[in-house]
This record gives sequence, C-alpha cells and structure tokens, in this order.
Amino acid sequence: MSKQTINLNVNGQSVSAEAEPRELLIHVLREQLKITGPHIGCETTHCGACTVEMDGMSVKACTIFAIQAQGKEITTIEGLGNPDKLHVLQEKFREHHGLQCGYCTPGMITRAHRLLEENPNPTEEEVRFGISGNLCRCTGYQNIVKSVMAAAEELNTTESAS
Amino acid sequence: MITGSFDYHQPGTLQEAVALLAKLGDGARVLAGGHSLIPTMKLRLAMPEHLIDLQAVRELKKIQVTGAEVCIGAMTTQAELIASDELHRAAPIVRETSLQIADPQVRYLGTIGGNVANGDPGNDMPALMQCLDATFVLSGPDGERSVQAREFYEAAYFTARDDLEILTEIRFAATSGGYAYEKQKRKIGDYATAAAAVLLGKGADGSCEQASIALTNLADTPLYCEAASAQLVENGLTEPSVDAAVASAMSQIDPVDDNRGPAEFKRHVAAIILRRAIQQAWARA
Ligand SMILES: Cc1cc2nc3c(=O)[nH]c(=O)nc-3n(C[C@H](O)[C@H](O)[C@H](O)COP(=O)(O)OP(=O)(O)OC[C@H]3O[C@@H](n4cnc5c(N)ncnc54)[C@H](O)[C@@H]3O)c2cc1C
Ligand code: FES
Ligand code: FES
Repeated sequence: MSKQTINLNVNGQSVSAEAEPRELLIHVLREQLKITGPHIGCETTHCGACTVEMDGMSVKACTIFAIQAQGKEITTIEGLGNPDKLHVLQEKFREHHGLQCGYCTPGMITRAHRLLEENPNPTEEEVRFGISGNLCRCTGYQNIVKSVMAAAEELNTTESAS
Repeated sequence: MITGSFDYHQPGTLQEAVALLAKLGDGARVLAGGHSLIPTMKLRLAMPEHLIDLQAVRELKKIQVTGAEVCIGAMTTQAELIASDELHRAAPIVRETSLQIADPQVRYLGTIGGNVANGDPGNDMPALMQCLDATFVLSGPDGERSVQAREFYEAAYFTARDDLEILTEIRFAATSGGYAYEKQKRKIGDYATAAAAVLLGKGADGSCEQASIALTNLADTPLYCEAASAQLVENGLTEPSVDAAVASAMSQIDPVDDNRGPAEFKRHVAAIILRRAIQQAWARA
C-alpha cells in the first residue's frame, strides 16, 4: 500500500512522516524523525529497549505500526531530559551506576518514568515487577532498581517541599 | 523484521467493522492490541492483505458489572482489567491472571478479546474464561450469536469463530468463594509451561459446594476439567480427593516437547501447579 501521512506529537512537538502502514513506530521515530533515543534491541517485543510513552502508556515501539499511533502523543527519552537538564531519573542512574553499556537505558528510564507516574511510592518489589518488560544484559538490575528507588524518593521529597 | 504489505482500515463503529470484514473477506484480519498478530506477521506466518484496526470502536471498550453479571468489551486491555476495582470485587481471579500475562508494556495494549480469539494454547485468558464458564458474543454478517468458552476452542488457532465474525464482548457471572490462577513459567513475561485456574465454593459445613478447574498450555486447546471439578464437589478437599482430582485432570492433558521442556517435565509441573491452585483457592474460600 502506498505511503500515508502520519501525524504525531513527539515530545511536545507536532511532527509528520510519510510511511507505509507496515512501517513500525520505532522505524519511523529513528529513521525518519531522527529520534534515536529509543533503541532496537530484539525487534521481537522482548527487550523493551524501544520503549516509549504513548498517550500515557509504556509501549514497545517495535510492536506498533506507526499508523496505529496516528494523532497520538509520544514521549521518548529525549522528551524527559537533556544533557543540560537531566531528568531526576537520569541523574539517579548516573549517581547509582544504573547503567553500563547504556543500550537498555533509554527504554528503562522511559518505563520507570511511567511507573513512578502511576505509583510514586513503589516498593522494591513493585519496581522490579514494573520494569520486568525491560531487559539489561550488563548491570544485573541491582543498580537500576536502586536508581529508580532513589529517583522516587527524590521526587517525593521535592514534591512535599514545594 | 518487516511484515508483509497490507492496507490499513480504521472503522469507527462495530457495524462498519463487521461490514468491512464481510466485504474484504478472507484476506482481512482484525487488529486489536497487535501483540500476538504483529509478531506473527513479522515472521510472515500471517500475511493479511488488510488489517481492520478496532481501536476507534468505542463500544468494544467497557467493563460493566450489573448485579451479579459481568460484561467486558473485547477491546478492553489487560492493564484496564487489572486497574478496575469494580471488576476485582466481582471476580478477583481476573486481576490475578492478568498480572501473570506478559509484561507491563504488553499489558497496556494487549486486549482480552485478542487474547481469547487468538486461539494460541499459550494464552492465559482462554482457560480463565472456561473456568468462569464465560460466554463469548460474536457479531457477523448474519447477526449476533453466543458461544460458551467451554465450546469455543477446537484446535490450536482454530476456534468456533467464523472468519467474518468479530468477538464483541465476554460475559460471565460474578464469582464468590476461593480463587487462584497459578502459572509456572521460565521467566517473568513468558507464556506458561503449565497454568491452572481454579474456583472453589465452601459450604458452612466445610464441604465443597462448587468447583471449576481449567488448564493452560497443556494441550492444543485450553482444557476445562469437568470430571476433576465434579470429583471435588462430590468428595471434598481431603487429601485423597484432591489426589483423585489432580489425577483426573492429568489424564486429560496432552503436552508436547518444546523449548519449555519435554512432555514428561510438563506433566510433572502441571500436577504441582494444579495442586497449588486448588490449595490456594480452598484457603481463600
Ligand atoms: C513478549 C510477549 C509475551 C506474552 N506473554 C503472554 C502470556 O504470558 N500470556 C498470554 O496470555 N499472552 C501473552 N502474550 C500475548 C498478549 O497477551 C496478546 O496481547 C494477546 O494474545 C492478543 O491480544 P491482542 O489484543 O494483542 O490481539 P491481536 O494481536 O491484535 O490479535 C490476535 C488475534 O486475534 C484476532 N482478534 C483480535 N481481536 C479480535 C476480535 N475482537 N474479534 C475477532 N478476532 C480478534 C486477530 O485478528 C488476531 O488473529 C504475550 C505477547 C508478547 C509480545
Ligand atoms: S526492540 Fe522492541 S522490545 Fe526489543
Ligand atoms: S546497561 Fe548494558 S544492557 Fe543495560
């Protein structure tokens, strides 16, 4: 089928791309829109490296056709923080060595962001369960969980202070 | 991994969706959450020419509890099932099962309708629906009809649903008593090596008033274990009676060797999982 125009709101900006219906959201984001934060690890819905937020849900962008996301709001790691102003989660991952090679990290943080939106005060077990769709080959998860717990604590303190 | 080419359609109502499916015929498939269909299309095990995306069909997204009746729209996601306190009060086994399906990202998009219509023996909802004695409502060019979950599954990927029918809703009675969905898997997020859904009702005198048992991924369809259920009602939850119920259910299973292990191992696991589910449901009854 011929290409169609796909309009998205990515990280607060209206963007559009021309894509065949069979093109996956991850490919349109990375190859056309040059948003390369979300990675492709497995392309089979297992690793979560491609995780983005779509209308308030964490989704694996390798398992959605871009056309299914027509008109939706997408947030990627680029929309959470940047080198000049890191998101609390990014800050805590840095501080607690929540990454080694960093390949899983954008997906991990994007997922953790939604998890904390829905459950600002998670137990360690809830964090582990909540990020179970994201695989990391390096860290053994220990420091990732620590980082997310630390971010939750920080977010809660700043919130109650303000 | 790129899927084959297809035309994409997004009807806004059920009527439009049914008409479109009838018009496009064999080459068309409906797309719900896409989390079984898209992986299958990537492997080119499915190459539909048309996809009819149901995401805009609002009437298929609902959870209604009216008195003792539960009605769930086919496009309700697993995450929505988990989040509904009303549903949890009416049938807590649904949340318990949903939480054991895949991972958070998959559950945001995966739907109950896709899970039960898919016909994959690995899906967890079909056995749950048999345990609940649910009714599936199907809508096609010739109108609406209902099929019991216990009659729906014919073989792997073959169900009583006609290709031109859309599954619209799932109905079952609210439950009382004890419940359990126990699942053995290789890792979190995996399909079941073996899983069991159990509902048990306990009488004031400690007798078993009601029992319903169904199993996941131990044959090419989900298995409703009628004899094992009857065995518990007749003889209660004594050890020999539970042994007999488990033995009866095990005589029904037909697991195959695959990457989850040899059939012998699965038989072993299935008996343990079912026993745990029975014990857990009884403890909660
Ligand atoms: C990594 C991973 C792990 C998973 N683990 C599990 C697991 O542990 N347990 C489990 O149960 N599932 C698991 N799944 C599958 C997941 O739950 C799917 O979401 C579900 O099986 C299908 O639902 P869907 O809405 O995504 O359907 P789709 O993929 O959109 O559709 C599946 C099939 O059903 C048909 N269909 C869908 N909706 C309807 C309808 N309303 N009427 C008629 N036909 C329809 C489609 O045409 C298609 O043939 C897993 C998936 C992945 C990717
Ligand atoms: S690339 Fe999407 S889950 Fe691995
Ligand atoms: S840090 Fe290397 S995969 Fe997670």
